[in-house]
Amino acid sequence: MTPSIRKAAVGIFAATFALAVTGSTIVPAVAADPGVSDTEIILGGSHPFSGPASAYGNIGKGIGVYFDYINDHGGINGRKIKWIDKDDGYSPPQAVQIAHQLVEQEHVFAMFDTLGTAVNTAIRPYLNQNGVPQLFVATGATTWGKDYKQYPWTIGWQPDYQAEAILYAQDIVRNHPKAKIAVLYQNDDYGEDYNAGLKKGLGKNQSMIVKMASYETSDPSVSSQISTLKASGADTFLIFATPKFAIQAMVIAAQQSWHPLTYLNNVSNAIPYMNAAMKAAGPSAVNGIITTIYLKDPANHARYAGDAAMKLYAQMMDKYMPGADKDDGNYLYGVSIAYTMCDVLRKAGKDLTRKKVMDIATHLNETDNPWAYPGVVVRTSPTFRYPITQMIAAKWLGTDWSPTGILVDTRSMMTTAEK
Amino acid sequence: MAAASTGRYVRVGIAIAVIAILPWIVPSFAVFDLIFVGAYAIGILGLIVLTGMNGQISLGHGAFMALGGYVVAVFAHALGWPYWASLPLAALASGALGIVIGLVALRLAGVYLALATFSLAVATPSFLKHYKSITGGFGGISLDSVTTPHGIPLDPERWLYYVTWAVAGVAFLVTALLVQGRLGRALRALRDNPVAAVSFGVNPYFYKTLAFAWSAVLAGVAGAFFAIATAYVSPDTFTFALSITLLIGAVLGGIMSFWGAIVGAIVIEFLPLVAQQINAGAPSVVYGVTLILVMLFVPDGIVGGVVRLIRRLAGLPRQPPAFESSIPPAAPIAVDQPSRE
Repeated sequence: MTPSIRKAAVGIFAATFALAVTGSTIVPAVAADPGVSDTEIILGGSHPFSGPASAYGNIGKGIGVYFDYINDHGGINGRKIKWIDKDDGYSPPQAVQIAHQLVEQEHVFAMFDTLGTAVNTAIRPYLNQNGVPQLFVATGATTWGKDYKQYPWTIGWQPDYQAEAILYAQDIVRNHPKAKIAVLYQNDDYGEDYNAGLKKGLGKNQSMIVKMASYETSDPSVSSQISTLKASGADTFLIFATPKFAIQAMVIAAQQSWHPLTYLNNVSNAIPYMNAAMKAAGPSAVNGIITTIYLKDPANHARYAGDAAMKLYAQMMDKYMPGADKDDGNYLYGVSIAYTMCDVLRKAGKDLTRKKVMDIATHLNETDNPWAYPGVVVRTSPTFRYPITQMIAAKWLGTDWSPTGILVDTRSMMTTAEK
Repeated sequence: MAAASTGRYVRVGIAIAVIAILPWIVPSFAVFDLIFVGAYAIGILGLIVLTGMNGQISLGHGAFMALGGYVVAVFAHALGWPYWASLPLAALASGALGIVIGLVALRLAGVYLALATFSLAVATPSFLKHYKSITGGFGGISLDSVTTPHGIPLDPERWLYYVTWAVAGVAFLVTALLVQGRLGRALRALRDNPVAAVSFGVNPYFYKTLAFAWSAVLAGVAGAFFAIATAYVSPDTFTFALSITLLIGAVLGGIMSFWGAIVGAIVIEFLPLVAQQINAGAPSVVYGVTLILVMLFVPDGIVGGVVRLIRRLAGLPRQPPAFESSIPPAAPIAVDQPSRE
């Protein structure tokens, strides 16, 4: 190295490090909450538009459809919603980066409907440290309702997985006290939550479970698991699986001439999935299966033929997402949860602050969500943060789900589930 | 030769200057992204040593990243260790795993090695889920976010940025020192013509295992910074897609040059974001098309392409690729066959 170049290099170093050390940190100015102007409210979200869970990306798109509709009808208290929805690929590090970007660059007012347990666990500390609302996360893990003291800016929406499993367990104990239970579950937090709920619901009758088998989402098929479960001699079958594997489970059980009393978790009960199973293995594969419902099903055309809300849903989809498959319940989930979001923003009034929004979100009594199953109330209090706790059992009879019995409120079970 | 090495010092000086200034001219969220660029760069550097210099393909470096990340997370969570104390442990642990896998790799070559390492990446999430008493299972482990040490006038993000890039600087320096001279020649000779290299007295077991171990050390450090920056680890953090992403970064950046690590890291960090802006509906299509275009037009990666372009514009003769060994390559078929000893 020649002396002059060395000198130049030293100069560059000195200059940059002087700059690095003396530069001051940026202190945010005290002003109105970010993301709200006279004309606009900015909401940020992230969904898996790519990767293994990309089917759920349609929830984000459904939300966009409803916000477009609201904006075309005057917005909320005179403000339009700007919805910035990014692709996190279901990856926690990516979701954290997106959260930083949405909060610090886009200056979102709140995060809304971020999807997945790991993703939301990853971004929760950052959002709570910065006082950014993390509203209505799209996961049924118990932690969203349970850990509000530590994370006051976070709240869930959909029914808790544990509560749903408790419902199935109670139905078995009450109506089939001699049942021998086999369980197929996904080997992750979601499957574990169902198992925990099942055991709580069975209580002292846990010995009714004769066999449990798990699968990984990377498994090509669950056929060996089904063989094991069948061989256990079980006469009752609980499927705690995401759609692809739930369909396989129904089909393979029928092909192996195993026809137990079957319970199917509600994330996999959309009618297109049931039709797929029926097509592959005949009506006996699906007839009599029991599940739970808390939203209207857009694929159930017969039941909701005269339903005004479902007509509106179809119109919105045709207008803002022409060509999309309206039967996909993920879109309806998005529209329905966006309704709750707009409800909260509307009630928070003209002087919109993050604090006020959290206050409204924890004092909800939404009896009129048009896309919730009739009678389902989205209800919260500052100390009870499980917005949807009502579900109704339904049985597959030939062509669609027939609700049986009455709407059950799992509210009291949630306090059990917390223990 | 003297001119070439002066040019290298100038380039390194400019790079350091840019890295030092960058957090003061980009928005604060981008500082956070650049921390990940630093972590990726360290990980890709490991692949450049292993694959670029030594010819061993790994589709499983996400596993070493997972080990590094979890070592930091477990020691912080269970024992309250600060991250700077557990970082060396993370490097050691993944280095040790690297030796084990490296020994297995001695018996495998080409696609067989790629498959074996790929299975490592696929097994990692299940493994993490299984030992839940240590790893926290599916829910993972949440950590406290990094704070700036007392008395340093930096916000936490810029502080972590400088820490990450300082460690990256050390990683590049140590790697450069390691691979120059005898060691580097041995690695390249083993890549280009193992038979000739062995007959010249190069011990393939020692050098190939060493390459794997050092590569794993770098990946472990990269994973540790993933954990520190995200302040959270879970099986979903280290999926097999991460291993593929690293290799994509190495190939896109340029697997024959250290600069390829930095360029590749920038590409894998920002290309998905750019792809989303080009077409929100199908980001992966944009991503894939970009990959194909780069492979078609600059098969030696972006760095190789840029170097060729500059030399052509300056009217200079073509330069032999970096990392070239003096031994002529053996017939490809011999390289692709699994070793039979």
